[in-house]
Amino acid sequence: MTDTETQSHADSDSAASVDDLLAGRKRTVAERIQHVLHGHLWLSPLIVLVIAVIAFAIASPGFMRAQAISLLVQETAVVGALAVGQTVIILTAGIDLSIGLAMVLSSLVMAKLVYDSNVPGLLALIIGALVAVATGLFNGLLVTRLNLPPFIVTLGSLGIFTAVSLLYAQGQTIALKPNSLILWTGKSFSIGSFNVTYGVLIMIVLYIVVGFALHFTAWGRHLYATGDDREAAGLAGISTKRVLLSAYVVAGVTVAVAAWIVCGRVGGADPNSGLNYNLLSITAVVIGGTSLFGGRGVVFGTLIGALIVQVFNNGLALANVDPNYQVLATGVLVILAVSVDQWIRRVRA
Amino acid sequence: MSDAILEANGLVKLFGRVVGLRGVDLTLYPGEVLAVIGDNGAGKSTLMKCLSGAMQPDRGEITVEGKRATFKSTQDARDAGIETVYQNLAVAPALDIASNLYLAREIRRKGPLGSVFRMLDTGAMREESKAHVKSLGISTLQNIGQAVETLSGGQRQAVAVARAATFGSKVVILDEPTAALGVRETNQVLKLVTEMRERGLGVIVVSHNMPNVFDTADRIQVMRLGGTAAVITPKTHSMQDAVAIMTGAMTVSDDEQTLGPAPKDDDTN
Repeated sequence: MTDTETQSHADSDSAASVDDLLAGRKRTVAERIQHVLHGHLWLSPLIVLVIAVIAFAIASPGFMRAQAISLLVQETAVVGALAVGQTVIILTAGIDLSIGLAMVLSSLVMAKLVYDSNVPGLLALIIGALVAVATGLFNGLLVTRLNLPPFIVTLGSLGIFTAVSLLYAQGQTIALKPNSLILWTGKSFSIGSFNVTYGVLIMIVLYIVVGFALHFTAWGRHLYATGDDREAAGLAGISTKRVLLSAYVVAGVTVAVAAWIVCGRVGGADPNSGLNYNLLSITAVVIGGTSLFGGRGVVFGTLIGALIVQVFNNGLALANVDPNYQVLATGVLVILAVSVDQWIRRVRA
Repeated sequence: MSDAILEANGLVKLFGRVVGLRGVDLTLYPGEVLAVIGDNGAGKSTLMKCLSGAMQPDRGEITVEGKRATFKSTQDARDAGIETVYQNLAVAPALDIASNLYLAREIRRKGPLGSVFRMLDTGAMREESKAHVKSLGISTLQNIGQAVETLSGGQRQAVAVARAATFGSKVVILDEPTAALGVRETNQVLKLVTEMRERGLGVIVVSHNMPNVFDTADRIQVMRLGGTAAVITPKTHSMQDAVAIMTGAMTVSDDEQTLGPAPKDDDTN
C-alpha cells in the first residue's frame, strides 16, 4: 500500500519535473543557429562568401582591387545566369545535366548565323534563343510525358546536345566582329573605378525576374509545393505536370540569356566550353543552399553560390596556389553545403 | 425530408482483375455526418477517391445537389464544393501554414501588381488564414507563418482539416483523419467535424475508431468486400452489430437500414 503511494508520488513528481524541464528549457546555441538557417537559407552561403572575401583580401592585396573585383563579377555572369535555370529545376527535385551544352548549342546558333549567313544580329539572337527554349521543352516533355527521371533524360540530352554542337560547328571556334549585337553583353561601362559589362546587368535582371516569380506568384508557390511533395501538390489541386514542364521551359529561357552572355565573354562561340559550365551551375545551386531534394532554396542563394566558386578560383589563383586546389576547395564546399542542408532539414519547432 | 447534397449510384471500380468497388451507392444529406467503416480492402478509400476526383469510377454516376457530375481531377470536385482531407496528409511541408491553406487557390494583389505582375497578396492570405483558423476554434496553430514541417502530426492534420473546412462549400470528406493522432488531437478534429455539420455541410468520415464513429456520426455506412453491407445509425445498432456486419457475421434487411436522413431528435445537445 505504502509502496504504491510512494510510487504515485514519485510519478507526479517526475511529471512535474518534466514540465519544469520543458518550461525552463532553452534552445541550445546549435538549435538556434539551425532555426535561423532554416528560415534564411541564403545566410550560410553569405557567411561563407564574406569570410572567403576577407580571407583572400588578407592573403593577397591584389584581390580587392577594383579591376580584380570587376573581372570576378564578369566571370560569374555566365555561370550565374545558367544557375538560375538550374535552381528552378532543382527546386522541382530534378536536375539538368545538359544545361551547359544547351547553352553552347544556342550560342553557336547565334554566332554562326551571323558569321556564316550574315543574318542580322537581332534575328540571330531570337533564333538562338528559340533553340535554347526548345532544348528546355525537349527535356521537359520527356520528363512529364514519358515520366522519365530528369537525371536520365538530361544525361541523354547532354550527349545529344554535345554531338549536335560539335557537328554543327565542325569543331571550330567562331570569332565575331566586335560590333555585333550578339557581343553587346561583353561591352562594359564604368561605375566609379568598376567595370560592369551589360552581361552582368542582364544576369542581375534575370535574378530579379525569376526571384520575383518564385516568391511572389502562384506559379512559384506551386513550383515549391511540387518539388516538396509532388503527390500532395497534385491532391491539393496543382497540375504538377504543367508546373514541371514550365520549370524546364523557364530553364530554357535562362539558357538563352546565358548563351548571349557567353557570346559576349568569348567574343563568339566555342563548342568545347560547355561541360565545365554544366557542373559549375549545379555547384553554384548547391553551395547556394538549395536542396537537391527539391522544394527548398532561394535563387538569391544561387547567386552567392556562383560568387563563392569564383571567389575561390580567383583568390587562390592570386595567392599563387596550385590550380588543383581550386577544384579541391570547390569539392569540399559542395559536400559541406549538402551536409548543412541535411542538418537544417531536421529542424524542429 | 431534405434532398441529398451528394449522391453516388452504382459505382464500380476495377483494378485489373481486382474489384475495388462492385456497385456502391452512397447518399449524403446536408448537415449530416456520414461515417464509412469497413475492414481493410472493403473499398472505403477507393470510394472516397472516386468521390473526391482522385480516381474515376469505371461505371456509375455521381450527382451533386441533384446535378450529374463528372470529376476528372480533384480540382473538378473542388470546384463542385467537395473538399477532401487525405489519409497521407496532402500538405507541402516546406511552405507555411497560410500558403498551404491557400495552395492552388492563391489570392492575387489588386490592381496592376496582381493582374500584370501576378503578384500574390501574402498579407491578405495570412490575415484570412488567421481568421479562418480562429473561427474554426483551432488553438494549436499559433504562428500562421510557420513552415508546416516544423509542426507535429496533429497540427499538420489541423492544417489539412482547416483547409477543407474553410473551402468546402458543400461536402467535406475526411479519410482516416484521426489515425495518426493522440486522444486530445483526435477530440479536436472531432470537434471540427461537428462544427462543419452545424454549418450545414455534408461530412463523410472514414474511420477505424468505433467509439469515435458512434460518437459523431448521424449514419454509418458499413462496407464489405467492395460493396455496401448496410447503412445504420448509432441509435438502431450497437458497436458489436457494426463489427458483425463488417465481418459478414450479421446481415441487415433493407427495412432495418437508414437509407434516408437519420431522424433528428432535439433532446441531444
